[in-house]
Amino acid sequence: MRNTKKDWLLAGLTGLSLLVILLFLAILLGQIVWNGAPVISVKFLTESPGADMVSGGIWPAIYGTVFLTLLMTLAGVPVGIATAIFLNEYASPRSRLAKLVRIAVNNLAGVPSIVFGLFGLGFFIIFVGGGIDSLFYGDSARVWGKPSILWASLTLAVLTLPVVIVTTEEALKTVPREIRDASLALGATRFQTVYKIVLPNAKGGILTGVILAVSRGAGEVAPIIFCGAANFLPYLPTDLRDMFMHLGYHVYALATQSPNVDAARPTLYGTVLVLLMLTFSLNLLAVILRARSRAALRP
Amino acid sequence: MSRTQDAVTKASANVKMKTRDVNVFYDANQAIRDVNLDITERSVTALIGPSGCGKSTYLRALNRMNDTIDSCRVEGSILLDGEDIYGKGVDPVEVRRRVGMVFQKSNPFPKSVFENVAFGLRIGGEKDKFVIAQRVEESLKGAALWDEVKDRLQSSALGLSGGQQQRLCIARCLAVWPEVILMDEPASALDPIATAKIEELIRELRERYTIVIVTHSMQQAARVSDFTAFFYMGALVEHGKTQTMFTRPAKKRTEEYISGRFG
Repeated sequence: MRNTKKDWLLAGLTGLSLLVILLFLAILLGQIVWNGAPVISVKFLTESPGADMVSGGIWPAIYGTVFLTLLMTLAGVPVGIATAIFLNEYASPRSRLAKLVRIAVNNLAGVPSIVFGLFGLGFFIIFVGGGIDSLFYGDSARVWGKPSILWASLTLAVLTLPVVIVTTEEALKTVPREIRDASLALGATRFQTVYKIVLPNAKGGILTGVILAVSRGAGEVAPIIFCGAANFLPYLPTDLRDMFMHLGYHVYALATQSPNVDAARPTLYGTVLVLLMLTFSLNLLAVILRARSRAALRP
Repeated sequence: MSRTQDAVTKASANVKMKTRDVNVFYDANQAIRDVNLDITERSVTALIGPSGCGKSTYLRALNRMNDTIDSCRVEGSILLDGEDIYGKGVDPVEVRRRVGMVFQKSNPFPKSVFENVAFGLRIGGEKDKFVIAQRVEESLKGAALWDEVKDRLQSSALGLSGGQQQRLCIARCLAVWPEVILMDEPASALDPIATAKIEELIRELRERYTIVIVTHSMQQAARVSDFTAFFYMGALVEHGKTQTMFTRPAKKRTEEYISGRFG
Protein backbone atom coordinates (compact mmCIF):
# COMPACT_ATOMS: atom_id res chain seq x y z
CA MET A 1 0.00 0.00 0.00
CA ARG A 2 2.35 2.69 -1.21
CA ASN A 3 -0.35 5.25 -1.58
CA THR A 4 -1.81 5.10 1.85
CA LYS A 5 -0.32 8.40 2.97
CA LYS A 6 -1.41 10.22 -0.16
CA ASP A 7 -4.82 8.67 0.13
CA TRP A 8 -5.19 9.93 3.66
CA LEU A 9 -4.06 13.38 2.63
CA LEU A 10 -6.52 13.50 -0.23
CA ALA A 11 -9.36 12.16 1.88
CA GLY A 12 -8.51 14.71 4.56
CA LEU A 13 -8.42 17.64 2.14
CA THR A 14 -11.63 16.74 0.37
CA GLY A 15 -13.34 16.12 3.70
CA LEU A 16 -12.15 19.49 4.92
CA SER A 17 -13.55 21.32 1.92
CA LEU A 18 -16.83 19.56 2.48
CA LEU A 19 -16.82 20.74 6.09
CA VAL A 20 -16.08 24.32 5.05
CA ILE A 21 -18.99 24.31 2.64
CA LEU A 22 -21.34 22.79 5.17
CA LEU A 23 -20.17 25.32 7.74
CA PHE A 24 -20.92 28.27 5.46
CA LEU A 25 -24.29 26.84 4.58
CA ALA A 26 -25.08 26.25 8.25
CA ILE A 27 -24.06 29.77 9.25
CA LEU A 28 -26.01 31.31 6.39
CA LEU A 29 -29.18 29.32 6.91
CA GLY A 30 -28.89 29.34 10.70
CA GLN A 31 -28.64 33.11 10.83
CA ILE A 32 -31.55 33.58 8.46
CA VAL A 33 -33.80 31.12 10.25
CA TRP A 34 -32.76 32.35 13.71
CA ASN A 35 -33.46 35.98 12.91
CA GLY A 36 -36.22 35.51 10.38
CA ALA A 37 -38.46 32.93 12.02
CA PRO A 38 -39.65 35.13 14.91
CA VAL A 39 -40.85 37.75 12.43
CA ILE A 40 -43.01 35.40 10.43
CA SER A 41 -46.63 35.45 11.38
CA VAL A 42 -49.97 35.34 9.60
CA LYS A 43 -50.02 39.12 9.71
CA PHE A 44 -46.52 39.33 8.18
CA LEU A 45 -47.52 37.02 5.35
CA THR A 46 -50.90 38.50 4.55
CA GLU A 47 -50.67 42.25 5.08
CA SER A 48 -49.29 45.10 3.04
CA PRO A 49 -46.25 46.96 4.29
CA GLY A 50 -46.80 50.14 6.24
CA ALA A 51 -45.74 53.53 4.99
CA ASP A 52 -42.28 53.14 6.54
CA MET A 53 -41.78 49.88 4.57
CA VAL A 54 -40.75 48.15 7.77
CA SER A 55 -43.96 47.67 9.67
CA GLY A 56 -46.77 45.52 8.40
CA GLY A 57 -46.38 42.52 6.13
CA ILE A 58 -44.94 41.54 2.80
CA TRP A 59 -47.99 40.07 1.07
CA PRO A 60 -47.70 42.23 -2.09
CA ALA A 61 -44.10 41.05 -2.52
CA ILE A 62 -45.07 37.38 -2.15
CA TYR A 63 -47.96 37.85 -4.54
CA GLY A 64 -45.80 39.75 -7.01
CA THR A 65 -43.07 37.11 -6.93
CA VAL A 66 -45.51 34.26 -7.52
CA PHE A 67 -47.38 36.14 -10.24
CA LEU A 68 -44.13 37.13 -11.95
CA THR A 69 -42.76 33.60 -11.74
CA LEU A 70 -45.94 32.14 -13.19
CA LEU A 71 -45.94 34.57 -16.11
CA MET A 72 -42.26 33.92 -16.72
CA THR A 73 -42.89 30.15 -16.76
CA LEU A 74 -45.81 30.46 -19.14
CA ALA A 75 -43.82 32.66 -21.49
CA GLY A 76 -40.42 30.96 -21.40
CA VAL A 77 -40.81 27.26 -20.69
CA PRO A 78 -42.87 26.23 -23.74
CA VAL A 79 -40.47 28.08 -26.04
CA GLY A 80 -37.46 26.50 -24.31
CA ILE A 81 -38.84 22.97 -24.49
CA ALA A 82 -39.85 23.43 -28.11
CA THR A 83 -36.38 24.69 -28.99
CA ALA A 84 -34.76 21.72 -27.27
CA ILE A 85 -37.05 19.32 -29.12
CA PHE A 86 -36.14 20.98 -32.39
CA LEU A 87 -32.41 20.81 -31.64
CA ASN A 88 -32.40 17.24 -30.43
CA GLU A 89 -35.12 15.55 -32.44
CA TYR A 90 -35.54 17.38 -35.70
CA ALA A 91 -32.37 19.26 -36.59
CA SER A 92 -29.73 17.11 -38.21
CA PRO A 93 -26.51 17.00 -36.18
CA ARG A 94 -24.77 18.82 -39.01
CA SER A 95 -27.35 21.52 -39.44
CA ARG A 96 -25.84 24.99 -39.49
CA LEU A 97 -28.95 26.47 -37.94
CA ALA A 98 -28.83 24.02 -35.02
CA LYS A 99 -25.17 24.83 -34.42
CA LEU A 100 -25.92 28.53 -34.50
CA VAL A 101 -28.80 28.16 -32.04
CA ARG A 102 -26.62 26.11 -29.69
CA ILE A 103 -23.88 28.74 -29.75
CA ALA A 104 -26.46 31.44 -29.09
CA VAL A 105 -27.92 29.48 -26.20
CA ASN A 106 -24.53 28.90 -24.61
CA ASN A 107 -23.66 32.56 -24.92
CA LEU A 108 -27.02 33.58 -23.55
CA ALA A 109 -26.34 31.43 -20.51
CA GLY A 110 -23.13 33.33 -19.81
CA VAL A 111 -24.60 36.83 -19.95
CA PRO A 112 -24.71 38.57 -16.54
CA SER A 113 -28.26 39.02 -15.33
CA ILE A 114 -28.04 42.81 -15.08
CA VAL A 115 -27.46 42.87 -18.83
CA PHE A 116 -30.75 41.05 -19.25
CA GLY A 117 -32.31 43.84 -17.25
CA LEU A 118 -30.93 46.44 -19.63
CA PHE A 119 -32.03 44.31 -22.56
CA GLY A 120 -35.53 44.14 -21.12
CA LEU A 121 -35.63 47.88 -20.71
CA GLY A 122 -34.26 48.58 -24.16
CA PHE A 123 -36.05 45.91 -26.13
CA PHE A 124 -39.31 45.09 -24.38
CA ILE A 125 -40.18 48.39 -22.76
CA ILE A 126 -38.78 51.01 -25.11
CA PHE A 127 -38.85 49.17 -28.43
CA VAL A 128 -41.84 46.82 -28.17
CA GLY A 129 -43.92 48.67 -25.58
CA GLY A 130 -43.03 52.09 -26.96
CA GLY A 131 -43.71 50.83 -30.45
CA ILE A 132 -47.18 49.65 -29.49
CA ASP A 133 -47.89 52.97 -27.84
CA SER A 134 -46.84 55.11 -30.77
CA LEU A 135 -48.77 52.87 -33.15
CA PHE A 136 -52.05 52.74 -31.27
CA TYR A 137 -52.07 55.47 -28.65
CA GLY A 138 -50.18 58.37 -30.17
CA ASP A 139 -46.69 59.56 -29.41
CA SER A 140 -47.05 60.94 -25.94
CA ALA A 141 -49.06 58.10 -24.42
CA ARG A 142 -47.45 55.66 -22.02
CA VAL A 143 -49.71 52.61 -21.91
CA TRP A 144 -47.40 49.70 -22.68
CA GLY A 145 -44.08 51.47 -22.91
CA LYS A 146 -43.36 51.56 -19.19
CA PRO A 147 -42.01 49.10 -16.64
CA SER A 148 -44.60 46.44 -15.79
CA ILE A 149 -44.98 42.88 -14.64
CA LEU A 150 -45.45 41.78 -18.26
CA TRP A 151 -42.08 43.08 -19.44
CA ALA A 152 -40.34 41.91 -16.29
CA SER A 153 -41.66 38.39 -16.73
CA LEU A 154 -40.65 38.32 -20.39
CA THR A 155 -37.17 39.51 -19.46
CA LEU A 156 -36.88 36.75 -16.88
CA ALA A 157 -38.21 34.25 -19.42
CA VAL A 158 -35.33 35.15 -21.74
CA LEU A 159 -32.94 34.78 -18.81
CA THR A 160 -34.16 31.29 -17.92
CA LEU A 161 -34.46 30.14 -21.53
CA PRO A 162 -30.91 28.75 -21.84
CA VAL A 163 -31.29 26.70 -18.67
CA VAL A 164 -34.57 25.25 -19.87
CA ILE A 165 -33.14 24.45 -23.30
CA VAL A 166 -29.96 22.83 -22.01
CA THR A 167 -31.63 20.72 -19.32
CA THR A 168 -34.43 19.65 -21.66
CA GLU A 169 -31.90 18.62 -24.27
CA GLU A 170 -30.00 16.62 -21.66
CA ALA A 171 -33.23 14.90 -20.64
CA LEU A 172 -34.09 14.10 -24.26
CA LYS A 173 -30.63 12.62 -24.77
CA THR A 174 -31.20 10.10 -21.99
CA VAL A 175 -33.97 8.45 -24.01
CA PRO A 176 -32.20 5.53 -25.72
CA ARG A 177 -31.99 5.51 -29.49
CA GLU A 178 -33.21 1.89 -29.47
CA ILE A 179 -36.73 2.77 -28.39
CA ARG A 180 -36.96 5.61 -30.89
CA ASP A 181 -35.96 3.11 -33.58
CA ALA A 182 -38.55 0.66 -32.28
CA SER A 183 -41.23 3.30 -32.57
CA LEU A 184 -40.18 4.40 -36.06
CA ALA A 185 -39.96 0.79 -37.22
CA LEU A 186 -43.57 0.30 -36.17
CA GLY A 187 -44.60 2.99 -38.59
CA ALA A 188 -44.75 5.89 -36.18
CA THR A 189 -44.06 9.31 -37.61
CA ARG A 190 -41.33 11.44 -36.14
CA PHE A 191 -43.92 13.52 -34.32
CA GLN A 192 -45.64 10.44 -32.87
CA THR A 193 -42.29 9.11 -31.71
CA VAL A 194 -41.44 12.37 -30.00
CA TYR A 195 -44.87 12.81 -28.49
CA LYS A 196 -45.61 9.25 -27.39
CA ILE A 197 -42.18 7.79 -26.66
CA VAL A 198 -39.49 10.43 -26.21
CA LEU A 199 -41.36 13.05 -24.21
CA PRO A 200 -43.03 10.64 -21.74
CA ASN A 201 -39.66 9.07 -21.05
CA ALA A 202 -37.88 12.38 -20.68
CA LYS A 203 -40.70 13.95 -18.68
CA GLY A 204 -39.03 13.60 -15.28
CA GLY A 205 -35.79 15.15 -16.46
CA ILE A 206 -37.54 17.97 -18.29
CA LEU A 207 -39.74 18.82 -15.30
CA THR A 208 -36.76 18.81 -12.98
CA GLY A 209 -34.84 21.11 -15.28
CA VAL A 210 -37.78 23.42 -15.74
CA ILE A 211 -38.39 23.74 -12.02
CA LEU A 212 -34.73 24.45 -11.31
CA ALA A 213 -34.75 27.11 -14.03
CA VAL A 214 -37.94 28.61 -12.64
CA SER A 215 -36.58 28.63 -9.12
CA ARG A 216 -33.50 30.43 -10.35
CA GLY A 217 -35.65 32.94 -12.16
CA ALA A 218 -37.83 33.47 -9.12
CA GLY A 219 -34.86 34.64 -7.09
CA GLU A 220 -33.29 36.94 -9.68
CA VAL A 221 -33.43 40.63 -8.87
CA ALA A 222 -31.06 42.36 -11.25
CA PRO A 223 -33.11 41.84 -14.43
CA ILE A 224 -36.29 43.23 -12.95
CA ILE A 225 -34.86 46.36 -11.38
CA PHE A 226 -35.43 48.34 -14.58
CA CYS A 227 -38.36 46.36 -15.82
CA GLY A 228 -41.17 46.71 -13.36
CA ALA A 229 -40.26 45.90 -9.77
CA ALA A 230 -41.48 48.58 -7.41
CA ASN A 231 -39.84 49.86 -4.28
CA PHE A 232 -43.00 50.31 -2.38
CA LEU A 233 -46.43 49.48 -3.73
CA PRO A 234 -48.91 48.49 -1.08
CA TYR A 235 -51.50 47.17 -3.53
CA LEU A 236 -51.50 44.11 -5.76
CA PRO A 237 -50.94 44.14 -9.53
CA THR A 238 -54.23 43.41 -11.29
CA ASP A 239 -53.19 44.15 -14.84
CA LEU A 240 -50.24 43.00 -16.93
CA ARG A 241 -49.25 46.65 -17.23
CA ASP A 242 -49.02 47.19 -13.46
CA MET A 243 -45.80 47.36 -11.56
CA PHE A 244 -45.31 44.94 -8.69
CA MET A 245 -43.38 44.24 -5.52
CA HIS A 246 -40.95 41.35 -5.43
CA LEU A 247 -39.38 39.50 -2.48
CA GLY A 248 -35.86 39.71 -3.84
CA TYR A 249 -36.18 43.35 -4.73
CA HIS A 250 -37.84 44.02 -1.40
CA VAL A 251 -34.75 42.63 0.34
CA TYR A 252 -32.60 44.97 -1.71
CA ALA A 253 -34.87 47.90 -0.99
CA LEU A 254 -35.06 47.21 2.73
CA ALA A 255 -31.28 46.90 2.98
CA THR A 256 -30.42 50.02 1.03
CA GLN A 257 -33.37 52.36 0.77
CA SER A 258 -35.12 52.19 4.10
CA PRO A 259 -34.81 55.28 6.32
CA ASN A 260 -33.81 53.26 9.35
CA VAL A 261 -31.69 50.26 8.50
CA ASP A 262 -31.53 48.89 12.04
CA ALA A 263 -35.29 48.95 12.42
CA ALA A 264 -35.68 47.25 9.08
CA ARG A 265 -33.44 44.32 9.98
CA PRO A 266 -36.08 41.89 11.37
CA THR A 267 -38.35 42.51 8.37
CA LEU A 268 -35.34 41.99 6.15
CA TYR A 269 -34.58 38.61 7.67
CA GLY A 270 -38.21 37.59 7.49
CA THR A 271 -38.39 38.50 3.82
CA VAL A 272 -35.20 36.58 3.04
CA LEU A 273 -36.57 33.54 4.84
CA VAL A 274 -39.82 33.64 2.86
CA LEU A 275 -37.91 34.00 -0.42
CA LEU A 276 -35.66 31.08 0.48
CA MET A 277 -38.60 28.92 1.46
CA LEU A 278 -40.24 29.67 -1.87
CA THR A 279 -37.22 28.67 -3.95
CA PHE A 280 -36.40 25.72 -1.67
CA SER A 281 -39.88 24.34 -2.01
CA LEU A 282 -39.51 24.57 -5.80
CA ASN A 283 -36.23 22.67 -5.58
CA LEU A 284 -37.80 20.11 -3.28
CA LEU A 285 -40.57 19.63 -5.82
CA ALA A 286 -37.90 19.01 -8.46
CA VAL A 287 -36.24 16.37 -6.28
CA ILE A 288 -39.54 14.61 -5.64
CA LEU A 289 -40.48 14.62 -9.32
CA ARG A 290 -37.09 13.26 -10.29
CA ALA A 291 -37.39 10.45 -7.76
CA ARG A 292 -40.87 9.60 -8.94
CA SER A 293 -39.97 9.56 -12.63
CA ARG A 294 -37.02 7.27 -11.86
CA ALA A 295 -39.29 4.94 -9.94
CA ALA A 296 -41.71 4.85 -12.86
CA LEU A 297 -39.01 3.62 -15.23
CA ARG A 298 -38.03 0.76 -12.97
CA PRO A 299 -39.58 -2.60 -13.86
CA MET B 1 -35.59 -31.06 -44.60
CA SER B 2 -38.71 -31.93 -46.51
CA ARG B 3 -40.70 -29.15 -44.90
CA THR B 4 -38.14 -26.61 -45.93
CA GLN B 5 -38.22 -27.84 -49.48
CA ASP B 6 -41.99 -27.70 -49.51
CA ALA B 7 -41.84 -24.11 -48.48
CA VAL B 8 -39.34 -23.37 -51.19
CA THR B 9 -41.45 -24.89 -53.94
CA LYS B 10 -44.60 -23.30 -52.57
CA ALA B 11 -43.01 -19.89 -52.41
CA SER B 12 -40.83 -19.85 -55.46
CA ALA B 13 -43.73 -18.50 -57.45
CA ASN B 14 -43.69 -15.14 -55.73
CA VAL B 15 -41.01 -12.54 -55.21
CA LYS B 16 -41.99 -10.22 -52.37
CA MET B 17 -39.05 -7.84 -52.48
CA LYS B 18 -36.66 -7.21 -55.30
CA THR B 19 -33.53 -5.12 -54.91
CA ARG B 20 -31.70 -3.86 -57.96
CA ASP B 21 -28.23 -2.29 -58.02
CA VAL B 22 -28.51 -1.21 -54.43
CA ASN B 23 -25.65 0.92 -53.18
CA VAL B 24 -25.53 2.33 -49.68
CA PHE B 25 -23.14 5.03 -48.58
CA TYR B 26 -22.22 6.54 -45.24
CA ASP B 27 -20.93 9.87 -46.47
CA ALA B 28 -18.15 8.89 -48.85
CA ASN B 29 -17.81 5.33 -47.54
CA GLN B 30 -19.60 2.75 -49.56
CA ALA B 31 -21.13 0.09 -47.31
CA ILE B 32 -23.11 -1.83 -49.93
CA ARG B 33 -22.14 -2.38 -53.58
CA ASP B 34 -24.55 -3.25 -56.39
CA VAL B 35 -26.66 -5.75 -54.53
CA ASN B 36 -29.27 -7.57 -56.58
CA LEU B 37 -31.36 -9.89 -54.49
CA ASP B 38 -34.86 -11.33 -54.71
CA ILE B 39 -36.68 -12.10 -51.50
CA THR B 40 -39.25 -14.83 -51.80
CA GLU B 41 -42.66 -14.45 -50.23
CA ARG B 42 -43.51 -16.53 -47.16
CA SER B 43 -40.01 -17.83 -46.69
CA VAL B 44 -37.01 -17.08 -44.50
CA THR B 45 -34.00 -15.48 -46.14
CA ALA B 46 -30.86 -15.43 -44.02
CA LEU B 47 -28.17 -12.82 -44.59
CA ILE B 48 -24.80 -14.10 -43.46
CA GLY B 49 -21.26 -12.79 -43.65
CA PRO B 50 -18.41 -11.59 -41.46
CA SER B 51 -18.83 -8.55 -39.19
CA GLY B 52 -18.86 -5.30 -41.08
CA CYS B 53 -19.83 -6.91 -44.37
CA GLY B 54 -22.88 -4.66 -44.65
CA LYS B 55 -25.65 -7.16 -44.02
CA SER B 56 -27.27 -5.07 -41.30
CA THR B 57 -26.97 -1.94 -43.42
CA TYR B 58 -28.64 -3.76 -46.27
CA LEU B 59 -31.38 -4.99 -43.96
CA ARG B 60 -32.07 -1.48 -42.72
CA ALA B 61 -32.34 -0.29 -46.31
CA LEU B 62 -35.27 -2.66 -46.81
CA ASN B 63 -37.62 -0.65 -44.58
CA ARG B 64 -35.97 2.73 -44.93
CA MET B 65 -34.68 2.70 -41.36
CA ASN B 66 -31.46 4.09 -42.82
CA ASP B 67 -33.39 7.30 -43.43
CA THR B 68 -33.01 8.02 -39.72
CA ILE B 69 -29.22 8.11 -40.08
CA ASP B 70 -28.14 11.45 -41.36
CA SER B 71 -25.04 10.45 -43.27
CA CYS B 72 -26.66 7.49 -44.96
CA ARG B 73 -27.63 7.50 -48.63
CA VAL B 74 -29.29 4.69 -50.59
CA GLU B 75 -29.10 4.31 -54.38
CA GLY B 76 -30.74 1.82 -56.69
CA SER B 77 -34.22 0.45 -56.40
CA ILE B 78 -35.86 -1.69 -53.77
CA LEU B 79 -39.23 -2.99 -54.89
CA LEU B 80 -41.93 -4.17 -52.55
CA ASP B 81 -44.64 -5.94 -54.54
CA GLY B 82 -43.21 -4.23 -57.59
CA GLU B 83 -43.30 -0.72 -56.16
CA ASP B 84 -40.10 1.16 -55.38
CA ILE B 85 -40.05 2.00 -51.68
CA TYR B 86 -37.55 4.78 -52.41
CA GLY B 87 -39.76 6.14 -55.17
CA LYS B 88 -41.04 9.69 -55.29
CA GLY B 89 -44.00 10.34 -53.04
CA VAL B 90 -43.54 7.12 -51.07
CA ASP B 91 -43.95 7.72 -47.36
CA PRO B 92 -41.29 5.88 -45.33
CA VAL B 93 -43.82 5.60 -42.50
CA GLU B 94 -46.09 3.60 -44.78
CA VAL B 95 -43.16 1.40 -45.85
CA ARG B 96 -42.30 0.63 -42.23
CA ARG B 97 -45.88 -0.38 -41.49
CA ARG B 98 -45.62 -3.03 -44.20
CA VAL B 99 -42.02 -3.99 -43.50
CA GLY B 100 -41.57 -4.47 -39.76
CA MET B 101 -38.32 -4.84 -37.88
CA VAL B 102 -36.98 -6.71 -34.87
CA PHE B 103 -33.71 -5.42 -33.53
CA GLN B 104 -30.59 -7.08 -32.21
CA LYS B 105 -31.05 -5.81 -28.69
CA SER B 106 -34.58 -6.24 -27.47
CA ASN B 107 -36.02 -2.77 -27.13
CA PRO B 108 -39.40 -2.82 -25.40
CA PHE B 109 -40.85 0.56 -24.47
CA PRO B 110 -40.83 1.32 -20.75
CA LYS B 111 -44.56 0.65 -20.73
CA SER B 112 -46.77 -2.29 -19.80
CA VAL B 113 -46.69 -5.51 -21.82
CA PHE B 114 -50.12 -4.67 -23.20
CA GLU B 115 -49.22 -1.11 -24.19
CA ASN B 116 -46.07 -2.28 -25.94
CA VAL B 117 -48.07 -4.45 -28.29
CA ALA B 118 -50.89 -1.94 -28.61
CA PHE B 119 -48.53 0.92 -29.51
CA GLY B 120 -48.43 0.28 -33.24
CA LEU B 121 -52.21 0.07 -33.37
CA ARG B 122 -52.76 3.22 -31.38
CA ILE B 123 -50.41 5.29 -33.52
CA GLY B 124 -52.13 3.80 -36.56
CA GLY B 125 -55.35 5.40 -35.34
CA GLU B 126 -57.10 2.34 -33.93
CA LYS B 127 -59.37 3.48 -31.09
CA ASP B 128 -61.68 0.51 -30.55
CA LYS B 129 -60.68 -1.03 -27.22
CA PHE B 130 -62.10 -4.39 -28.17
CA VAL B 131 -60.18 -4.53 -31.44
CA ILE B 132 -56.97 -3.54 -29.68
CA ALA B 133 -57.37 -6.12 -26.91
CA GLN B 134 -58.10 -8.81 -29.46
CA ARG B 135 -55.14 -7.92 -31.64
CA VAL B 136 -52.80 -7.75 -28.64
CA GLU B 137 -53.84 -11.25 -27.59
CA GLU B 138 -53.55 -12.57 -31.13
CA SER B 139 -50.08 -11.04 -31.55
CA LEU B 140 -48.81 -12.33 -28.24
CA LYS B 141 -50.07 -15.78 -29.17
CA GLY B 142 -48.42 -15.41 -32.56
CA ALA B 143 -45.13 -14.67 -30.82
CA ALA B 144 -45.60 -17.66 -28.47
CA LEU B 145 -45.63 -15.37 -25.46
CA TRP B 146 -49.30 -15.28 -24.48
CA ASP B 147 -49.24 -18.10 -21.94
CA GLU B 148 -46.29 -16.56 -20.13
CA VAL B 149 -47.67 -13.03 -19.88
CA LYS B 150 -51.45 -13.31 -19.95
CA ASP B 151 -51.64 -12.74 -16.18
CA ARG B 152 -49.26 -9.80 -16.19
CA LEU B 153 -50.33 -7.76 -19.18
CA GLN B 154 -50.42 -4.59 -17.12
CA SER B 155 -46.99 -4.99 -15.53
CA SER B 156 -43.90 -3.37 -17.02
CA ALA B 157 -42.35 -5.01 -20.05
CA LEU B 158 -38.94 -4.32 -18.55
CA GLY B 159 -39.63 -6.97 -15.92
CA LEU B 160 -39.66 -9.75 -18.52
CA SER B 161 -36.63 -11.95 -19.19
CA GLY B 162 -34.38 -11.19 -22.16
CA GLY B 163 -35.94 -13.90 -24.31
CA GLN B 164 -39.44 -12.82 -23.36
CA GLN B 165 -38.58 -9.21 -24.17
CA GLN B 166 -37.40 -10.21 -27.62
CA ARG B 167 -40.57 -12.20 -28.26
CA LEU B 168 -42.54 -9.20 -27.02
CA CYS B 169 -40.77 -7.11 -29.65
CA ILE B 170 -41.79 -9.69 -32.24
CA ALA B 171 -45.38 -9.57 -30.98
CA ARG B 172 -45.29 -5.78 -31.14
CA CYS B 173 -44.14 -6.04 -34.73
CA LEU B 174 -46.86 -8.61 -35.60
CA ALA B 175 -49.60 -6.41 -34.18
CA VAL B 176 -49.48 -3.96 -37.08
CA TRP B 177 -49.87 -6.83 -39.56
CA PRO B 178 -46.68 -6.35 -41.52
CA GLU B 179 -46.06 -8.26 -44.71
CA VAL B 180 -42.31 -8.55 -44.31
CA ILE B 181 -40.41 -8.89 -41.02
CA LEU B 182 -36.75 -7.92 -40.86
CA MET B 183 -34.75 -9.40 -38.00
CA ASP B 184 -31.30 -8.11 -37.13
CA GLU B 185 -29.55 -10.87 -35.20
CA PRO B 186 -32.62 -11.32 -33.04
CA ALA B 187 -31.12 -14.04 -30.85
CA SER B 188 -27.55 -12.86 -30.50
CA ALA B 189 -28.02 -11.63 -26.93
CA LEU B 190 -30.01 -14.64 -25.74
CA ASP B 191 -29.17 -17.91 -24.03
CA PRO B 192 -29.52 -21.20 -25.98
CA ILE B 193 -33.00 -22.00 -24.66
CA ALA B 194 -34.38 -18.56 -25.49
CA THR B 195 -32.64 -18.78 -28.86
CA ALA B 196 -34.30 -22.11 -29.60
CA LYS B 197 -37.69 -20.56 -28.82
CA ILE B 198 -37.06 -17.66 -31.17
CA GLU B 199 -35.93 -20.00 -33.93
CA GLU B 200 -39.00 -22.16 -33.50
CA LEU B 201 -41.09 -19.02 -33.69
CA ILE B 202 -39.38 -17.90 -36.90
CA ARG B 203 -40.19 -21.24 -38.50
CA GLU B 204 -43.84 -20.81 -37.53
CA LEU B 205 -44.02 -17.21 -38.71
CA ARG B 206 -42.77 -18.21 -42.13
CA GLU B 207 -46.20 -19.66 -42.87
CA ARG B 208 -47.67 -16.16 -42.92
CA TYR B 209 -44.85 -13.67 -43.31
CA THR B 210 -41.85 -13.00 -45.46
CA ILE B 211 -38.83 -12.96 -43.16
CA VAL B 212 -35.33 -11.62 -43.70
CA ILE B 213 -32.92 -12.41 -40.89
CA VAL B 214 -29.35 -11.29 -40.32
CA THR B 215 -27.42 -13.83 -38.33
CA HIS B 216 -23.89 -14.50 -37.24
CA SER B 217 -24.55 -18.10 -36.53
CA MET B 218 -24.15 -20.44 -39.46
CA GLN B 219 -26.09 -23.12 -37.60
CA GLN B 220 -28.94 -20.71 -37.09
CA ALA B 221 -29.03 -19.84 -40.77
CA ALA B 222 -29.07 -23.53 -41.61
CA ARG B 223 -31.81 -24.26 -39.09
CA VAL B 224 -34.28 -21.50 -39.84
CA SER B 225 -33.81 -20.29 -43.38
CA ASP B 226 -35.02 -21.39 -46.79
CA PHE B 227 -32.64 -19.10 -48.65
CA THR B 228 -29.25 -17.78 -47.72
CA ALA B 229 -27.40 -14.76 -49.04
CA PHE B 230 -23.71 -14.42 -48.33
CA PHE B 231 -22.33 -10.90 -48.07
CA TYR B 232 -18.68 -10.02 -48.12
CA MET B 233 -17.18 -6.53 -48.07
CA GLY B 234 -20.48 -4.93 -48.96
CA ALA B 235 -21.17 -7.13 -51.96
CA LEU B 236 -23.52 -10.05 -52.36
CA VAL B 237 -21.24 -12.99 -53.14
CA GLU B 238 -23.76 -15.75 -53.49
CA HIS B 239 -27.44 -16.34 -52.99
CA GLY B 240 -29.47 -19.53 -53.17
CA LYS B 241 -31.41 -22.19 -51.37
CA THR B 242 -29.96 -22.71 -47.93
CA GLN B 243 -29.52 -26.43 -48.45
CA THR B 244 -27.51 -25.89 -51.62
CA MET B 245 -25.47 -23.08 -50.13
CA PHE B 246 -24.44 -25.15 -47.17
CA THR B 247 -23.70 -28.34 -49.07
CA ARG B 248 -22.49 -27.22 -52.49
CA PRO B 249 -21.66 -23.52 -52.51
CA ALA B 250 -20.74 -22.18 -55.93
CA LYS B 251 -18.09 -19.73 -54.83
CA LYS B 252 -14.90 -20.51 -53.00
CA ARG B 253 -15.32 -17.60 -50.57
CA THR B 254 -18.71 -18.88 -49.51
CA GLU B 255 -17.32 -22.30 -48.83
CA GLU B 256 -14.44 -20.86 -46.84
CA TYR B 257 -16.77 -18.74 -44.73
CA ILE B 258 -19.32 -21.46 -44.14
CA SER B 259 -16.69 -23.98 -43.20
CA GLY B 260 -15.36 -21.46 -40.70
CA ARG B 261 -12.02 -20.72 -42.33
CA PHE B 262 -12.52 -16.99 -41.89
CA GLY B 263 -15.06 -14.60 -40.51
